[in-house]
Amino acid sequence: MALDPAVDLLPALLDSPFREGYVSSIVYVSLYVSVIAVSLSTLVSVPVAIVMGFVDFRGKQFVKSVINTGMGFPSVVVGLLVLFAVSNQGPLGSLELIFTKEAMIMSQFVLATPPITAISLAAVTGVEGNVRDAARVLGGTRLDVALVVIKEARYGIATAVLAGFGRAISEVGSVLIVGGNITSSDGISKTRTLTTAVQLEARQGRYETAMVLGAVLVAIVLLVNAVVVRLGDTGGMGR
Amino acid sequence: MSIQRRRFVAAVGAGALAGAAGCLGGTPVSVGSSSSAGAGDADASDDGPGVAGETLTLTTTTSTYDTGLLDAIHPDFEEMYGVSVDAVAQGTGAALETARNGDCDVVMVHARGLEDEFMRNGYGVNRRDLMFNDFVIVGPTDDPAGIEGMGSATEALTAIADAEAAFVSRGDNSGTHTKERNLWEAAGTDPGGDWYQEIGGGMGEALNNANQQGAYTLSDRGTFISQRSEIGLTVLVQGPIEDGPEVLANPYGVMAVNPGVHDDANYDLAMAYIGWVTSPGVQEMISEYESDGEQLFFPEAVSENPDFQQYVPDGWNGGE
Repeated sequence: MALDPAVDLLPALLDSPFREGYVSSIVYVSLYVSVIAVSLSTLVSVPVAIVMGFVDFRGKQFVKSVINTGMGFPSVVVGLLVLFAVSNQGPLGSLELIFTKEAMIMSQFVLATPPITAISLAAVTGVEGNVRDAARVLGGTRLDVALVVIKEARYGIATAVLAGFGRAISEVGSVLIVGGNITSSDGISKTRTLTTAVQLEARQGRYETAMVLGAVLVAIVLLVNAVVVRLGDTGGMGR
Repeated sequence: MSIQRRRFVAAVGAGALAGAAGCLGGTPVSVGSSSSAGAGDADASDDGPGVAGETLTLTTTTSTYDTGLLDAIHPDFEEMYGVSVDAVAQGTGAALETARNGDCDVVMVHARGLEDEFMRNGYGVNRRDLMFNDFVIVGPTDDPAGIEGMGSATEALTAIADAEAAFVSRGDNSGTHTKERNLWEAAGTDPGGDWYQEIGGGMGEALNNANQQGAYTLSDRGTFISQRSEIGLTVLVQGPIEDGPEVLANPYGVMAVNPGVHDDANYDLAMAYIGWVTSPGVQEMISEYESDGEQLFFPEAVSENPDFQQYVPDGWNGGE
């Protein structure tokens, strides 16, 4: 069942003017960059969201509004900021990260962290007070209560991660600026992602091939969504 | 406890190493060649020259990249030196800015005025004339401003402005955009109004945009040829290749980033690249490169006659 769309796409890919290995290499780069960026974002965002959900502190509302603003932060601006950071003249210039996947991971990390934090925070605060109270009454430590809340909020957190992934893998502005949209001359992607490849095809008026690559991108996002939702389900039952 | 911590540190260190190795991605060649170079000279010569495994970063224009020229010729260089070339397609302005920041090693662009400024500011050295093609003014076949066959680009632009016929400008500080602005200036017209649209995009985008709304635009011939089967625009004013006005000439130059300004620029390899791309063999490859059955670029690096002007900014007289 799940294979059908892929089978439909296959002839289009084989007929395409792309060289062997081109499409799979840009799919690999897209996934490599986005998955690492979103994993790092999740490692930062979820603890932040949990702490913010449990602890009251001065300026919390301000921090929240900063995070919410970050959700709408334009990706090209993030790209420019990361470019300034990793450029030869910038503070990280000596690491020679310009036009590498690592620079792309940095910009996608910046892009994905606000939505993951904000949606996780909404999920954590959305766990009803009586669930927390029950956990506490049953003798749970703060850690136990936190674990119960995470378990209750897992769908929301999964949604947050998916939103972050969606933002990361579908954005084109920053990865174009910091990555440079490079393939080697044998057609294997170095820093070309599906989005920048679509942009390149569209720039040259090859709308059909651009559509094919766009369809591959949509298929990947669908697949990742399905996998994450599935994991969320079995993970919940397993416990 | 401390032993555990040490183990943890070791594990993290190993992980970081593995991560770093993974990050380096396509450069296992350099690891192999440097270790074998340490083992003995015989091995090293088997692995090719000492630069093997290095990466040359070239910033260039969308016209050289989108026509497929670079992908066609670069494998020869990569094989010769055992290196890889990262070609980043930007506009001429952006390509030079990237070089100013020291983020690339060599630039291949087509706006002599901007190149001269780049050299005068000390960022670029060892400029060579590389190749040329020409610009053409393209537009819809019904030609609302009636410019078809005009022998003067400035007259054609004046006619477009008078008719207020839609004109798409790159608006991206690229070589083509620079040429276009110079032409408007020469025509004595300051384009503005609804009919004049700066799209801020590459040549292909500009051609698409002009195609969709039946507008005129200035294009390099190479990009137009490689895209003309997809669009309904036609050449209305020819460039010098087809006996059009000389003002539409489109020469490309190649320059190394000055290692005196950016000492981490890969100057050796940049000069190897410039030597290679201006060599008779590669110049031949450039002239043989075709798209849609037509030659796109005309090499001009190999010449019996000295052309000192190619090395220095325009108007340089040695007394500065």
